Amino acid sequence: MRFSIFNLAAHALTGHRRWTPSWRDASPKAGYDVVIIGGGGHGLATAFYLAKVHGITNVAIVEKGWIGGGNAGRNTTIIRSNYGLPGNEPFYEWSMKLWEGLEQALNYNAMVSQRGVLNLCHSDAQRDAYARRGNAMRLHGVDAELLDRNQVRAMAPFMNFDNARFPIQGGLLQPRGGTARHDAVNWGYARAASALGVDIIQNCEVTGLLTDNQGAMTGVETNRGPIRAGKVGMAVAGNSSRLAAMAGLRLPIESHVLQAFVSEGLKPVIPGVITFGAGHFYISQSDKGGLVFGGDIDGYNSYAQRGNLPVVQDVCEGGMALMPMIGRARLLRSWGGIVDMSMDGSPIIDHAPVPGLYLNAGWCYGGFKATPASGWCFAHLLATDTAHETATAFRLDRFATGDLIDEKGQGAHPNLH
Amino acid sequence: MRIPCPHCGTRESQEFVYRGDAAPVRPADDGAMFDYVYLRDNVAGVMREHWYHAQGCRQWIVVTRDTRSHAIDHAEFAR
Ligand SMILES: Cc1cc2nc3c(=O)[nH]c(=O)nc-3n(C[C@H](O)[C@H](O)[C@H](O)COP(=O)(O)OP(=O)(O)OC[C@H]3O[C@@H](n4cnc5c(N)ncnc54)[C@H](O)[C@@H]3O)c2cc1C
Ligand SMILES: [Zn+2]
Repeated sequence: MRFSIFNLAAHALTGHRRWTPSWRDASPKAGYDVVIIGGGGHGLATAFYLAKVHGITNVAIVEKGWIGGGNAGRNTTIIRSNYGLPGNEPFYEWSMKLWEGLEQALNYNAMVSQRGVLNLCHSDAQRDAYARRGNAMRLHGVDAELLDRNQVRAMAPFMNFDNARFPIQGGLLQPRGGTARHDAVNWGYARAASALGVDIIQNCEVTGLLTDNQGAMTGVETNRGPIRAGKVGMAVAGNSSRLAAMAGLRLPIESHVLQAFVSEGLKPVIPGVITFGAGHFYISQSDKGGLVFGGDIDGYNSYAQRGNLPVVQDVCEGGMALMPMIGRARLLRSWGGIVDMSMDGSPIIDHAPVPGLYLNAGWCYGGFKATPASGWCFAHLLATDTAHETATAFRLDRFATGDLIDEKGQGAHPNLH
Repeated sequence: MRIPCPHCGTRESQEFVYRGDAAPVRPADDGAMFDYVYLRDNVAGVMREHWYHAQGCRQWIVVTRDTRSHAIDHAEFAR
């Protein structure tokens, strides 16, 4: 069924009681051409593009919980393509282009809202760094504008411009950045993939990887029995090391917890996405009115899916420093998600050193914006065994060859990226 | 999360700097350097890890902690 104004109207007349499920909740078959482990945004998008772009429809997504129960449903929904390095920027811009056509491609309202992403600067050095990043973006054909203090004030007059230690000096704006509704992105990809024949199998945890006597992948072992597969793609976000260990691999990744927060619903007040340049705080406002904000990862290895109070305090202090009015809003909820922090802060989309096994990992705290391009490029790799032109830098062996993609220049300290 | 420093007693984790898994040991030959610098077991379970008590005794300590629950079993000096 395609969504249209006509069937919306028809369902309205029957009181919206006749809608049917958007996608099939499948049971595992004996085997598939491709099995994708992980029903987050990346796994779902990969399956959709495998079917849509490459015509490979004998595909299963195997998810241990429910789709979107991981980071795909826990993130703060920011999308942007404001990277500085040549290995990253074309990929994230490809993702932005896919976001711009996503709702038409999926026939689903993902609430993609290009309301702008503004990174504030508070010193001359920071302005220089943003000028450089903005120029790098423009060289890749991406929109970037360096704003002075008055231009920033016109956008967000409520901020504390005269903070004694960190006065706001200006900012780097990507007008095409913004937010998308994370759950709708998952459901939209699930619906579109399912319609093309992909099996979405929930409550199915991969407990082992099956290989033949040459060591090539033949399928996965799950709590619902073995599933044969010609190719196996891993897209398990914060759990990549655990899955890789099933194949005897160690990855350049640590798992860390990232927290996020939402306030009670308020009238529109935050115009887009705003990031504080002098502390760990960023904020946007959801369409429901909640202020959605977050900060830094907790900074120690974790698989707990919940964080600790020092980061809550740090984030709230950042918020108070940047926009003191936020102290009047009540915090509704906070939660945590487990993210793969890679050794250079950038992702991996590559063959694993096991024939038939493919890696999609290391997304750190920024993989939501990557969802469409990650799916596109991972599907490309699975279907053609070659890297997509925008993802050639995301190799697993770059850590050995020295071709790191270290936007922040922190070196091999995952908790500092 | 509060960390039982063997010198200072139980203190807020804020006072410490995290360095990660205590298992990797700097190798003598360059060939093993890649493994030491980049690859991690990234254990889901009990892990021995380095913390530095920057705002306390300035000692490196090894904390035994469960990464699934954050429960800390004990801590000892790194050397
Ligand atoms: C609090 C928070 C805020 C964030 N904010 C942003 C943001 O504003 N912008 C941005 O770009 N990014 C953000 N991110 C990062 C982004 O959410 C992730 O990088 C991205 O969602 C990861 O890809 P995914 O959607 O496929 O992951 P997930 O949804 O986590 O999917 C992985 C799936 O694999 C499943 N799985 C794991 N092990 C197994 C197994 N053994 N068998 C079967 N299935 C398994 C999991 O259950 C999970 O559903 C944020 C992350 C967090 C935690
Ligand atoms: Zn101490």
